[in-house]
Amino acid sequence: MKELIGMSLSELKEKLDKKEMSTVELVRAYLDAFEADRKHEKPLNGYIEVFRDSIEKAEKADEARVRGSARPLEGLPFAVKDNIVIKGKHATCASGVLKGFCSPYSATVVKRLVDAGMIPLGRTNMDEFGMGSSCEYSIYGATRNPVDRDLTPGGSSGGSAAVVASGQAPVALGTETGGSVRTPASYCGVYGLKPSYGTLSRYGVVAYGSSLDQIGILAKTPQDIALMLSFAAGADPHDMTSAPTNFTNCSPLKERDIKGLKVLLPTEFLGEGIDPGIKQKVESFAQWFKKNGAQVDTDSVPILQAAVAIYYIIAPAEASSNLARYDGVRYGNRVRQTANLEEMYVKTRSEGFGKEVKRRIFIGNYVLSSGYYDAYYKKAMQVRTLLRREIEKVFSKYDLILSPTSPCPPFKLGEKVDDPLAMYLTDICTTFSNLALIPSLSVPVGTTGAGLPVGVQLAGNRFREDLLLEVAAMYHKEGSR
Amino acid sequence: MKYDVVIGCEVHVQLLTETKAFCSCRNTFGGEPNTRLCPVCTGLPGALPVANQTLVEYAVLAGLAMNCTIVPVTKFDRKNYIYPDMPKGYQISQFDMPICEKGFLEIDTDGGLKKIRIIRIHMEEDAGKNIHTEDRSGLSHVDLNRAGTPLLEIVSEPDIRSPDDAVAYVQSIKHIMEYLKISDCNMEEGSLRCDANINLWVYEGDKKYATPIVEIKNMNSFKAMKAALEYEILRQKEEWTTKRLLLKDVGKVTRGYQEKTQSTILQRHKEESAEYRYFPEPDLKPILIDPAWVESMKSRLPELPAQKRKRFAEEWGLPELDIGKLLVDAELAHYFEAACKEYKGEPKKVANWVITEIGNMLNKESITIIQFREKVPPESLGELLNRIDSGVISGKMAKGIFSDMWAEGKTPEQIINEKGLKQIDDQESLKDIVREVLDQNPKTVEDYKNGKENVLSFLMGQVMKATRGKANPRLSQDLLKELLQK
Ligand SMILES: [Zn+2]
Repeated sequence: MKELIGMSLSELKEKLDKKEMSTVELVRAYLDAFEADRKHEKPLNGYIEVFRDSIEKAEKADEARVRGSARPLEGLPFAVKDNIVIKGKHATCASGVLKGFCSPYSATVVKRLVDAGMIPLGRTNMDEFGMGSSCEYSIYGATRNPVDRDLTPGGSSGGSAAVVASGQAPVALGTETGGSVRTPASYCGVYGLKPSYGTLSRYGVVAYGSSLDQIGILAKTPQDIALMLSFAAGADPHDMTSAPTNFTNCSPLKERDIKGLKVLLPTEFLGEGIDPGIKQKVESFAQWFKKNGAQVDTDSVPILQAAVAIYYIIAPAEASSNLARYDGVRYGNRVRQTANLEEMYVKTRSEGFGKEVKRRIFIGNYVLSSGYYDAYYKKAMQVRTLLRREIEKVFSKYDLILSPTSPCPPFKLGEKVDDPLAMYLTDICTTFSNLALIPSLSVPVGTTGAGLPVGVQLAGNRFREDLLLEVAAMYHKEGSR
Repeated sequence: MKYDVVIGCEVHVQLLTETKAFCSCRNTFGGEPNTRLCPVCTGLPGALPVANQTLVEYAVLAGLAMNCTIVPVTKFDRKNYIYPDMPKGYQISQFDMPICEKGFLEIDTDGGLKKIRIIRIHMEEDAGKNIHTEDRSGLSHVDLNRAGTPLLEIVSEPDIRSPDDAVAYVQSIKHIMEYLKISDCNMEEGSLRCDANINLWVYEGDKKYATPIVEIKNMNSFKAMKAALEYEILRQKEEWTTKRLLLKDVGKVTRGYQEKTQSTILQRHKEESAEYRYFPEPDLKPILIDPAWVESMKSRLPELPAQKRKRFAEEWGLPELDIGKLLVDAELAHYFEAACKEYKGEPKKVANWVITEIGNMLNKESITIIQFREKVPPESLGELLNRIDSGVISGKMAKGIFSDMWAEGKTPEQIINEKGLKQIDDQESLKDIVREVLDQNPKTVEDYKNGKENVLSFLMGQVMKATRGKANPRLSQDLLKELLQK
C-alpha cells in the first residue's frame, strides 16, 4: 500500500470521504514526517514553522465528518509560503524586518481554502520577500532539495516545493513574481502552476512586484492543482486586479484531445545557455505532442530575449516602493535605542533586510529616480506592452508555448549565491509569463542523465489554466502507465 | 520699487465620503486615536487598496463646478516618501493624469470679478498624524485615524495678485465645496488646507526680474493666510533690495508660517526637495470615465455661487454687496429666496433683515441658518415684514416680535395676538395720549414753539413710551405737529 504522505490530494480526499482514515491520522503523518526529517543530518528546512493547532483542526474536521457536515475539502492539509498571511499566525517573508509580525487577517486565497475545509500545516521557507531563485536568501537558512540535499530546491518558493516533494504536505501555496513557483517545482520534480495575473486574489500576499505577483500552486498532480483552483479562484472585492474568472468547473479535469493542438517551441528558449539534457527533454515532450496529433512549430519570438532585462527593472522598481513600509514604526522588528527617527529608519532597515533585497531596493529606487525614469522604468514598461502584444499574436496562432522551465538543472547550494547575474539568468524562460500576465505550468518530466529533476513549461493564453492542466494530465496519465 | 505680487495656491480639501478613499473604514473627523483602522489604511503586509467610487464622483462634481475638463482616462500613482504618519511609505495620489484639468474660478475682488485659472484637480489620500509628547519621555505617537481620508488637491495657476485675492480665491473654493456638500472645509480641523507659492516680479526700466518662489505652509486660517502672504511680500522686497536673489539661481524654497510672530521661517531649500519617484499604482486599475456619465453629473450640480450671483442681481435687483453677503452660505441665500416668496414688498428689505437681524442672531446664539430656520421658517419672516407694510406693527415692534419668534418658535401672528401688540392707529385714542404727553412736558412744548424743532423726536419717544411702542409712528408724528400748532 502507498504511504499516506506519498498520496496526491485527490487520493487523500477519496480516502477521507470513504472514511478509510481520519484527518488526525493524516495530519499527524505529515507532522511526523517533518519531525523525522529534522533529525536528518541535513534537514530539508522546508518549513519555518509547523502549526501545532493543525491537530485540533483535524479533530474538528473528523467531528464534522461524523456529524455529516463536512465541507468539500474538509480536513485536507496544505502548506503556505511565509509571504501569504494567515490570521493569528506569524508571517515574515523570511526577513529580519518582519520578525515577530503576526497577521490579524487572512489572505483571500487562504480564507477560501480554509472555508472549504482545508487545514494550514505550516509556513514554508523562501528567499527573502520572494527575491531569489535558490531559497538561500532566508534568515532561516537555505532549504535543501529532497532529491539531493546538497542541491538547491530552487526559489523563491523552495520551501513549498521541498515539502510537497518530500511528503511533508500534499500541496502547497507558493508565490510567483518571475518564476518562483515553476523553478522550484522543476528542481524538486513536482507540478507548479503560475496562474494568469488576476486568477487568484493577491489580497494578503506580501507584495514584491505588484503588477507581476501571483499565488501559485505546487502539487503532485495536475488534478490536485485543478481542485485547489476550483475553490481559490474568482474575483475578490479586496483586490481590484483580480479577475472575474470561474474555475469551479475545471475540477475534475476533462479528457483533452491533444490532436489538433498547435504548439510553439520558441528558438529563444532552446539556444545557448540551455542545458543539453533539458533541451532533450523538451524535444521529447514535443515528440509526445506530435505523436498524439498536435502540430509543433519551432519559430523565433525575438522579444522574449528582452523579458529578463525588463523584469529586473520593473520588479525591483515596484519592490522599492512596496518594501518602504517596513520602517519599524507600526509592526515587525524595530531597532531600539536610536538617537532620532532617521537613525531608527536606517538601522531598522539596514539590519532587517538581507543583501539581495537591498540590492533590488537600490536598483528600484535608481530606475524610478527623476533623470533615470524615462531611460529605465518607462522604457521597460513600453517594452512590456510590446511583449504583451507579441504574446497575444502568438496565441492568435497557437494554443501553447512549450519551453524548458529552467535553463539548468538544480545547482549546488552556495554555487550562485554571490553571483547575482548568474542567479538572475535562471529566470530566462519564466519571466515572460508574469510580464504578459499569462498562465504557465511546470510539468515534471523525469530526470537528466545525471539523475536531476527536469521541468518542462507549458504556457497558455490568459485564463486558459484549464488547457494547461488538462494537457498535463493527459501527459501524466501516459507517464505513469 | 515697481513690482507685481505673483501667487499660486495648492488647496487640499477633505471629502465627506462615508468611507475612506481605499478601504471601508468610516471617514469621520477625530475619534480616539487609532480606532478607525483596518489592514489597508495601516499598510499591513499584503493589504491592497480598493478605490472608493464616491471619491471619483466627488472629484468630477468639483471639477465641473470649477469649469474643468474631466479627462476620459485617469489613473492613480504612488508618491514615494517615508514618514511615520504614512503607513505604506507612499501616498496614493495622481501624477501625470489628474482627473480634472484646465478650469477656472471667478473671484469677487475690490477691482471687480477676476478669473483665476486652475491647472488641475487630483485625487489622493491623507496621511495620519504624528503626536509629539511634551513630557520628558520625548516619545512620539502616530494616530492613523486620518490616514486614507480622501482628498482633492486643487492647483491654481499663479494668477493671484494680492493676499486679499488669495483669501477670496480660497474662500470661493470653500463656498463651492459647501454648495456641492462634498466637504465641510473647516480650516481649524484641517479639512481645508492651503499652501501658497509666492514671489515678486520686479520691474526696473524695461527689465523684469522674478524673485525666488517661496512655498508657504502651515496657514491654518484665512487670517493667517493673509498675514503670512503680507509678511512674505515685505520680506521678499527687503531680500530683493539687499541681496537681489533671482528665481533662476535659487529656485523654490519652503517656509513655514509662525502664528506667534506672524512671520515665516525657512523649512527647506531646493536641494533638499524630495525625490518622490512617482510611478503608476499597480494595485489600482486605470479609471475610464464615460462622457455620458459626466453629462449626467452636470445635472446633479446645484446652482453655484457664480450663477446665483448673476441671478440674484437680475431677479431680485439686489446690490453687489448684499449678494456677496447672502452667498457666503448657500442655505442663507436659500432662506432669503424663500422669504421673498412670502413677502409682497421690495426684496431689498428682506435682504436687509436676513443680513442684519438674522446675521446678528446667528452670531449671538452661535447657531447655523439651518438650526435657525427650524424655529423661524422663512415664510414667518416674510409674514412679519408684510405686517410692517400693512401698518399692523411698527418696524421697532417687529424687531421685538422677531426675537420672540426665535425664542418661542411661534409665528408673528401668534405673538401679535397673544401679546396684544397691534399698533395703535386709531386717531381718537392716539390723540388723547399725545395730548397727555404734551401736558406733562410744558417746557418742551415751550421750546418747540420757540423754534427748537428737534425736540419733536423727544416727544415722539414719550408717545412711544406711553404706548409701549405700539403707537403708529407716522400718525403720532402728524398728531404731535397738529396739536403743537395749537
Ligand atoms: Zn481602513
